[in-house]
Amino acid sequence: MSGEVLLVRCEDVALILPRAVDVGEPVDEAVQHHVNSCLVCQAELARYHKLLKALRTMRTQLVMPAPGTLAMTLAALQEAQERRAIRSLVTGRRGAYIGAIGGAAVAAGAAAAAVALARRRAPRLAG
Amino acid sequence: MSQEELVAAARDGDQQAFEELVRQTYAATYTLAFRLTGNEEDARDVVQETYLRAWKAIRRFRGDAQFSTWLYRITANTSSSMTQRRSRNRADSLDDQGPEVVDDRPFANPEASSEASALHQRLSDAVAELPPKLRTIVVLKDVYDLPHEAIAEELGISVAAAKVRLHRARKRLRDVLFDERGGVARAV
Repeated sequence: MSGEVLLVRCEDVALILPRAVDVGEPVDEAVQHHVNSCLVCQAELARYHKLLKALRTMRTQLVMPAPGTLAMTLAALQEAQERRAIRSLVTGRRGAYIGAIGGAAVAAGAAAAAVALARRRAPRLAG
Repeated sequence: MSQEELVAAARDGDQQAFEELVRQTYAATYTLAFRLTGNEEDARDVVQETYLRAWKAIRRFRGDAQFSTWLYRITANTSSSMTQRRSRNRADSLDDQGPEVVDDRPFANPEASSEASALHQRLSDAVAELPPKLRTIVVLKDVYDLPHEAIAEELGISVAAAKVRLHRARKRLRDVLFDERGGVARAV
């Protein structure tokens, strides 16, 4: 670290390492050169690698839920599925009811019109 | 039935297939929820809400990503919404031992396993101690390997903000685990 031509300090590198440890993350050439020649920064980089490796293994460490938790979730799910099924049924029936009522209304209107027309055409009795 | 077949059946409205998917993925989803929320009660609620959302959205799941990744994204979004809604002033019970942690990796060298186990326990504790915003990012990126773009989208923040939080989180974890002044590094 002490013999650097370019003035890169370990403190500066320490700020960059949490980002630089990612594969493919661009790193300034001067920083790269410093790390290659500085044992302190190499050790620091190794710590970050160790940290990331340990973090990745956390994925395989399952946290077991309390007994009955899965059953509660399945029950909530079944309830939601039933609600959805009922809603879907009601929505479908609503359409059928509206169609039937509309059809009946049209038929009643047509019948009323026919009756009115028939009355108008019927001969009047002489009074 | 393979998971792909179960997903296909669930997309066609097969409730039993979806419930089987729930059984298969439950422990992993709960683990993520617990790591994101930091407590069992919230984790339970997040998991339940996650599966309800997943069931509603399963027809839109195109299969571009793995089902588990899709589920992780819903879990992250649900957890983020929930933690925003809830007060964080929950007092922890002193006698609360926390949930049981099970390592499902194959058994390896006992000494190495013991050392690794100690590190993992301290790391788990350190992650749990992080502020929620930092914890969420480091769990999603460094533990579950979700891309920055997906994390930013689910949390409603920019990619740049996600990266800044990630680097802060890593720095804090590094300090806790390896800083000799903290007295923890000696055991590493």
